Amino acid sequence: MATIYVDNKPYVVNEGRNLLQVCLSLGFNLPYFCWHPALGSVGACRQCAVKQFKDEKDKRGKIVMACMTPAAEGVRIAVDDEEARQFRETVIEWLMANHPHDCPVCDEGGECHLQDMTVMTGHNYRKYRFPKRTYQNQYLGPFINHEMNRCIQCYRCVRFYQDYAGGQDLGVFAAHDRVYFGRHKDGVLENEFSGNLVELCPTGVFTDKTLKGHYTRAWDLQTAPSVCVHCGVGCNTTPGERYGLLRRIHNRFNHDVNGYFLCDRGRYGYEFVNGERRVRTPLLKRDGALGPVTRAEALTEIGKVLSGPAVLLGIGSPRASIESNFALRELVGPDRFYDGVSARERQLLSAMLSTLRAPGVHSPSLREVGEADAVFVLGENLAEVAPMIALQVRQAVYRSTVPMGERLGIPAWHDSAIREAIQGRHGPLYLATVTGDKLADVATRSWCAAPDDLARLGFAVAHCIDPTAPSVSDLSEELPGLAKEIAGALRSAQRPLIVSGPSCGSLAVVQAAANVAISLSAAGAQHAALCYDAPECNSFGPALLDGHGLDEALQAAKSGSVYAAIVLENDLYRRADRAAVDAFLEGAEQVVVIDHTVHDTTKRADVVLPAATFAEGDGTLVNNEGRAQRFVQVFKAQGDVQESWRWLGELSRTAPSNGAWQNLDHICTRIAETAPALGEIARVAPAATARFLAQRIPRQAHRYSGRTAIGAHVNVHEPALPEDPDSPMAFSMEGFPSTCSSALTSAYWAPGWNSVQALNKFQAEVGGPLRVGNAGVRLWEVAEGHDHKYFEVIPPAFQSREKEHLAVPLHHIFGSEELSVLSPSVAERAPASYVAVNFRDAEALQITDGENVQLVLDGIPYRLPVRILPDLPSGVVGLPSGLPEMSWVKLPGWGKIVKEVPA
Amino acid sequence: MLSMLRTLWIVFRHAFRRRVTYQYPEQPVPLPPRWRGRIILTRDPDGGERCVACHLCAVACPVDCIALQATEDEHGRRYPEFFRINFSRCIFCGYCEEACPTYAIQLIPDFEMGEYNRQNLVYEKEHLLIDGPGKYAGYNYYRVAGVSIGGKGKGEAENEAPPVDVRSLQL
Repeated sequence: MATIYVDNKPYVVNEGRNLLQVCLSLGFNLPYFCWHPALGSVGACRQCAVKQFKDEKDKRGKIVMACMTPAAEGVRIAVDDEEARQFRETVIEWLMANHPHDCPVCDEGGECHLQDMTVMTGHNYRKYRFPKRTYQNQYLGPFINHEMNRCIQCYRCVRFYQDYAGGQDLGVFAAHDRVYFGRHKDGVLENEFSGNLVELCPTGVFTDKTLKGHYTRAWDLQTAPSVCVHCGVGCNTTPGERYGLLRRIHNRFNHDVNGYFLCDRGRYGYEFVNGERRVRTPLLKRDGALGPVTRAEALTEIGKVLSGPAVLLGIGSPRASIESNFALRELVGPDRFYDGVSARERQLLSAMLSTLRAPGVHSPSLREVGEADAVFVLGENLAEVAPMIALQVRQAVYRSTVPMGERLGIPAWHDSAIREAIQGRHGPLYLATVTGDKLADVATRSWCAAPDDLARLGFAVAHCIDPTAPSVSDLSEELPGLAKEIAGALRSAQRPLIVSGPSCGSLAVVQAAANVAISLSAAGAQHAALCYDAPECNSFGPALLDGHGLDEALQAAKSGSVYAAIVLENDLYRRADRAAVDAFLEGAEQVVVIDHTVHDTTKRADVVLPAATFAEGDGTLVNNEGRAQRFVQVFKAQGDVQESWRWLGELSRTAPSNGAWQNLDHICTRIAETAPALGEIARVAPAATARFLAQRIPRQAHRYSGRTAIGAHVNVHEPALPEDPDSPMAFSMEGFPSTCSSALTSAYWAPGWNSVQALNKFQAEVGGPLRVGNAGVRLWEVAEGHDHKYFEVIPPAFQSREKEHLAVPLHHIFGSEELSVLSPSVAERAPASYVAVNFRDAEALQITDGENVQLVLDGIPYRLPVRILPDLPSGVVGLPSGLPEMSWVKLPGWGKIVKEVPA
Repeated sequence: MLSMLRTLWIVFRHAFRRRVTYQYPEQPVPLPPRWRGRIILTRDPDGGERCVACHLCAVACPVDCIALQATEDEHGRRYPEFFRINFSRCIFCGYCEEACPTYAIQLIPDFEMGEYNRQNLVYEKEHLLIDGPGKYAGYNYYRVAGVSIGGKGKGEAENEAPPVDVRSLQL
């Protein structure tokens, strides 16, 4: 700690920070542009000028940039100094000299850091009379809109895009007053974090293109704290709604999870909520066609079967909330509750879950991933599967070089100087994946091999770390050296991290990663961590409820018993073989599907009940680290849409069954009683009865407009506000905008701070955790003791076959996930289906890039164009997983490529 | 007694004064030009809609009686898709006009808006939009702002230099 003097008052502050961060943390309103808590200092904008004095007697002082000056012991500065104030005002006047006169049509308006800072410095009137500099804009793809005239040259965009996110295709061009930020030519921004430019740019150069399509000012959005549903990482989000339409997703700061950033799938996948494929009313099949009915009719129809002789099977879903899955389990009974994932995924998930909950294995939060100093990625193409983990791994390899700079006397926050000093060096990162990963540019070594060989490498690394771990025989030439190198790097690290997961569909890979983690723990590594990514937003949820396997349910069709099925938010055709699902659905007395989107399974249903999406309902999701997080309803959907657990509650009241609940708290209490693994669920967010100064927390900003005109065209008499029985928030602008629970805070605002940077005012230290703590509850913490039980089954080395190829799934950030691909902007970025082949195999098969071939898998032929992937191992072909036009294929599996003979 | 006589005298004298009562509605009421009455949306001198759907009027409105939705034409010119004022809530404070950065929304000297049915006091864009520029004849926002719209590219607004060519040094 150090004592510094600001305006002659002493303050005790953290040492090793810069003056800007310290001043902002102390609550001073000091304007800045180029500095960002996650990006560090560069000193580009000259906005945060303060006056520094040598000592008490120094009355003259000198102007310094706060962001470039260390907060050392005894530093004396003046923020409120006339000369410094004038300096800041003049700087902003220069920055504004060429700023176009377009705030009214600028999407940033109302949450613009430049607007805030201009007001803060007191620059009101324009003195500059000469022509303004202008720029041409670029087309940057479906996510980002470019309006270069508004640029103030703070360099945040390129620093984030290139240095932080590892992007290559956004740069800075030209010099002095003609500096241009963009691509070398028009085209889609390739980096999967480009959407963050929207929040990062302090002005309106980069804005959200999907928001532009249905533009609404930030103050007019109704928001609630939410959690991203497009992968298993569980980033915290703030969805905004207006006129019943979801308008955008913004980042919601959670220091333990996503921090300041989101990936583009999470930011732009939201439009499925507004999509044409939504189910809005109950549907009933009559004469072979589904048609809308009233909810009473639908419930009566289901009630007939519920009270009938048919055995009721409940198929849960990893993309439905815990509450919904639990409600289904309550309705059908634990013996007939199935977790709704494919047999292989179930096997992988349970292996991952049992390893993570074993003593001695630490499952790190996303922030901890970014703090690791040696990383070993086994089997996962992180940039495609869990991009936010990839982003944190990228930070980890950068951060582990910071001590190098610090030895030269450069403080850690001095980002540009550190990067200059380390000259592109990076910490140890070993990638062992099926095909090349985007992280390869910062990897120490990257190695591509078939899943079995990856697992063998993992087992070999574990054996190198701890000789009692099972050893791998007959390693190929390069492997022992590589395994030794990785083991060495992990052993010598303070906070070694292994990242793995289910994406290549191999149990051996998951077990090998577990062995490495166990071996590190056995070797005495105190802070070793094992991060598995989860495929879906609540993959661990149904697994914690001890559901049976989906395949067991599908067997019911063959057993000849009389059964009916309730399918919860799940498209079974994405989980199992088409024929088996067909047989199951046809054999059922009645198929009830509760979902929000029409898909193949709803089309085969007898009754469809409209479920709420994450934006229209409340629930809890468990992410890949075992953190339970609440998403709160953003708006009341039209029609009969309601949460699945509410539908199931209504059904259980019509049937002679137990478990009736009226609101989320009832069901959470019931879960805590019934499922010990989820005992903490009620602690995830305050109960619905909580009040803050005897009031609810408003979902709408205090500047929300149009209350008395929104519905006036329908009826001039304003309707009563919707009730919210599930959370202590109100669908109103009235109430107490308390920020005392981060699980209930969706937007941060402070006087004079209307942009996302208002967050500064709510952090204990700017860039650090929120003052009130971060949202979410970890369901398990690392238990004491070491579990030295290694997985012993080591697969034999991969042998390529003469006529066959091993088909493995290849994931795509845009396209592989079921819901986000329904968003038009994401769909635009999704690839067409293909089969990936490596050079040598292509040569042997005499096929070329783009040529159509037939891939025969399980006897079913798929006609696909070839894509040559040089990194793919020989004897392995890749198939994109989860694309809408591809049906479910059991992967990995052996298939045969047949060259098409031209007719 | 004296005060009664005085009162009578005053009343008598007033009988010969000039009448201040207007025989409304037979006789129109003279209103000052800055009277804050019925709200209109105006057009710029080129005939385009002035409103750029910036939502500032809506947020300035103390009774929240303005609701609108922004949209854009194919060239990027922003305008309101719908623009609704609930005059049964409007208090004619004029804050919307004050907030409007484009002189689009204006309050005019007209108060004759009475309705038997309250629902008829909900005005949509077609009821609000007039064909002229209203009080501010010359102003054309899109000629000043830096965004490009149909017929006006980058660098073609007032007091703008031609767009920077970042490749000017390339041969």
